Formats: sequence, C-alpha cells, structure tokens
Amino acid sequence: MVRQISVFLENKSGRLAEITRIIGEAGVNIRALSVADTSDFGVLRFIASDTDKALEALKAAGVTATATRVIAAEAPDRPGGLASLLQVLSDNGVNVEYLYAFFHKSGQNAVVILRVEDKEKTLDIFEKNGIKVLTPEEVYTV
Amino acid sequence: MSHIIWNKRYETMPEKRKAELQLEKLKRMVRRIYDKVPFYKKAMDEAGVKPRDIHKLSDISKLPFTTKDDLAANYPFGMFASPMKDIVRIHSSSGTTGKPKVGAYTKEDIRLWAELMARTFTCAGVTRKDVIQNAYGYGLFTGGLGAHYGAERIGATVIPISGGNTKRQILVMQDFGSTVLCSTPSYALHLFEAAEEAGVDIRQLDLRVGVFGAEMWSEKMREQIESKTGITAIDIYGLTELIGPGVASECLEKNHLHVFDDHFIPEVIDPETLEPLPPGEKGELVFTNVSRKAFPILRYRTRDITALHPEPCPCGRTHVRMERVTGRSDDMLIVRGVNVYPSQIESVIMGIQGVEPHYQIVVDRQKSMDTLEIWLEVSEQLFSDEIRELEKLEARIRQELESVLLIGTRIKLVEPKTIQRSEGKAVRIVDKRNI
Repeated sequence: MVRQISVFLENKSGRLAEITRIIGEAGVNIRALSVADTSDFGVLRFIASDTDKALEALKAAGVTATATRVIAAEAPDRPGGLASLLQVLSDNGVNVEYLYAFFHKSGQNAVVILRVEDKEKTLDIFEKNGIKVLTPEEVYTV
Repeated sequence: MSHIIWNKRYETMPEKRKAELQLEKLKRMVRRIYDKVPFYKKAMDEAGVKPRDIHKLSDISKLPFTTKDDLAANYPFGMFASPMKDIVRIHSSSGTTGKPKVGAYTKEDIRLWAELMARTFTCAGVTRKDVIQNAYGYGLFTGGLGAHYGAERIGATVIPISGGNTKRQILVMQDFGSTVLCSTPSYALHLFEAAEEAGVDIRQLDLRVGVFGAEMWSEKMREQIESKTGITAIDIYGLTELIGPGVASECLEKNHLHVFDDHFIPEVIDPETLEPLPPGEKGELVFTNVSRKAFPILRYRTRDITALHPEPCPCGRTHVRMERVTGRSDDMLIVRGVNVYPSQIESVIMGIQGVEPHYQIVVDRQKSMDTLEIWLEVSEQLFSDEIRELEKLEARIRQELESVLLIGTRIKLVEPKTIQRSEGKAVRIVDKRNI
C-alpha cells in the first residue's frame, strides 16, 4: 500500500512554505498533496518520492509527522469518472475518511488517493469491479 | 518497605516531647527576635504581645504574621538577627515576583541545613553508596548548595553539575553512573525527553531516584516520570525564606511530606480570615523557623495551599505531614469569578493518555469577558491525520477541564516546541488581562 505523510500544522503564515522547504532541501519530490484545516490548525497530507527520507528530515526539524497507509486507485479521466469509483464504494458500504486526486503524467487516468476504514475490504471491492490499484512504486515515481 | 531514618532521636520523637521542645524553642526565638530585630519588636508591640505572653504552643496565634511585603520593605539585611561578623553566607531568590528575598546563615545555620538535607535524602532512600547528580542551580539559589551539603553529610558521591546543559547532563548520567538526580521536576522531564530523543534509555542506566522540588508538580506528573524512567520520584519542599530545600520531604511511602517540625513549626490558616484551620483542612501554609539564628522568621505566610496531617506514618517518623502543595493563594487565577488553581489544569492534562505536559495556560479578557485558553503541543502520540480525531481530542480535554474547573475553556493545539521550555522553573501561566 502507498505511504502518505501527514503533518500537523498550526494556522500561521509561512508554515506551509517552511514545511515544503524542509522537504525540498532533503531532495524529496512531492507527488501529490492536500491540506485540510479548521480555524486553528490544519493537516498537510502528501505523497513523497521518498517517504522515509522526507519523514526523517521533518522529524529532525521538530515537526510532528507520521506515515499513514492509503490506497491509490485509478479513475478514468472523463466526466463522471470519480463518481463511478465512489459509487462502487458507496454500494458496498465503505466510508471514505478523505480523498484527493492528481493526474498521472503519462496515462489517461486520474489517480485518487483514498483513506478508508477497512483497507483490505476496499482493495477486494476494487479488484472485483475492475478498478486498477497502483503499486507504491508507480505512485512514488509518477 | 524498609525505611531508613537519618536522625532517629528527633525524627521519631514522641508527640508530647516534641511539643515541649517546640514550645521551648519558640519562647527562646521570640525573645531573641524581639531584642534583635526592630521589625519584630515593632510588629509585636503593635499586636500587643510580649515575649512573656507565650506560655503554650497555641499562643503562637497571638503573634503577628510576616509577609513577602515585610521582607521587601526590609530588603536586603533588615531582618537579620545576627551581626555580619557571624554570618558566613547569603542566599537569595530570583526575585521574579518583586524584590528578591535574601536569607543569611551563620555557621550553625549551615550545619543545620546540611542536617535537614541529610534527612531529606535519607527519606528518599538515598545512602552514602549513591552517586548524586545535583542539577539544582549552584549560586545564589538555595537549591544547589543546599542539596550539595546534605549529600556530603550523608557521605554520598556528589556530582555538582548545576542546572542546564542538558546534553552534558545525559552524558554524565551515562558515564558517571548517577543513581540519584536532584532537579526541578519540569527540568527532569525535559532532560528525560531529551535523553529519549537522543536514543538513551534511562531504564538501562543506574538512575533509581529523583529528588524533585522548587516548584509545584502533580501526582500525575510523578506517575508519568516514574513510568517513563522506572525511577522513584520524591517530592521535597522548602523555601529561601525558611532555609532553602530541607523544610519537608516525602518518604518512600510517598504519602504527604514530613515537615521537619522540630525546626519549623507549621500552621494552616484561612487566607481570608487568617484564622488557624484544624488538621486535614486546606488553607495557606504558615511557618515559624525556630532554630535558625541569622534569619529567624515569625509566622511566615508562604502562600502555598496545603493541609496538615498529624497521624503517624508507617515509616516511623512522627513529623507532621503536609500534603503536596496544590496551589498558591497568590498564583490562584480568578477567571470569571471562579478560583482556578493551575495544578487542577495540570492534573487533567496529565491524565490524557499520550499527552506530554507541554502546555500553557493563557488568560485573557475580550470585551470584558475573561477567556481561559490551554495551549497544548501536539506530539506524535497525540497526532492523528484525521481532523475529526484531533477535534475529538480537543473536545475531550475541554469537557474534562470543565467538569473540574466548572468554567468553559478553549483548547488550542500547537506545534511541538511552540511553548518555551524551562531549564529551571516552568512558566505555565500567561495572564494577558490588564485589570
């Protein structure tokens, strides 16, 4: 499964710039990212080209960062593509905690990063419904 | 549990004999300060009490109180009862809340202090076989030298490392095989955290006892230190105005602190009415140090909130015990008319599993309404990448605080190292109100 890095962020100016600078200086590329926030704090989630290296650099800088396993699935790049993928999950009673998407550089498809409660069940459902799940290598080296 | 006692004669003295000793010493002290310290003569004359009016121990309540303000008004040497030629040392508090408090010692006072700290170490189960890493600051602060002399008195090996320089503390702890650490509890926690970060497991070292004092801490904080490191953490109590550390100490029962009451007569009073309170009732702690020569102090209002327990302790000591100090009558915050002791907030925060005690209490006033904010650093153990979980955590802490404090609070999650760490005393409270 793909490893995503999550970082605790206070809502203050320059924080995101600082975090991305640390990642950049460690020579790590950000493949995809999303930020969720409340009025006080936020959580930055991203896929790195080298998860361990990025984690190490962030922790060395005293940043609260953890790795979480997420699923990367392909959705057809056409109107209704994401909806069809989500419909499959909904039909099977899978709750999505959060998701974000990005474009595959070479392919025709979008990549959807999903965090769900029951990962094994979700992988099964995707397999049965012919939805392609990407390997970590495929995602890290997009 | 086997208890060792440093001075059996005085520490296990029967109650009746001790009361006689206290009365005898009190009479002698009151006569002496009436003659030698103009401040006390004036205060006693104004209260209409003469040294000859003290017949029984309870007559102590006829005597006037001494406050922090009295010390400030007589700064620096006005309260000394011995001539400078007999004074061999002067210590002083940091003076963070006004004029520094100055205390003087004769040779005899220094000997007494060493005896009291020897009792303290022995209470904590420390013996001459121990290696004591003394991380209390050496200098004007009483902690460093006070602990040092006591450690030497029991014949232990002292490492006079003083406060700060955490890296070196960890190195010395490893290389010199320290078995005892003396410091403030917040610094100990800081040190243990730094050791963990550096990959040093305290459990693998020889350290077995912590002798912690000079600031308020909670039972929860003790549990956290002990479970993190496997050491026994002992609470000790003292203040510059009385002698320094060595006024009271927990024994290995860890059930209240034994007050060395053959030298310090404790009372607990209602801070509003100033009336003495019966044993077991919480109020402000008042001390009279009947033995000290250069700096005797009469009914000193410590502002510390505690209760006294005269019942005997299983360890065999007959000293009256005081509860761990849980608040200060002057540090007490009044938020929207409600009394809030910072220690109440600490107990709740330490009770949330995984939360390290890096927090700050911020009181402010917005549109004539007091606000109480608790800033909490989000450690890895606390962090969840789901916003919902973090909000649940905030809600849980807020609810627990509300049930204890009976007023609403706001929890603010902040990044690690946002709140300034203390090398000595922790600054936990920021009061921004301009009242």
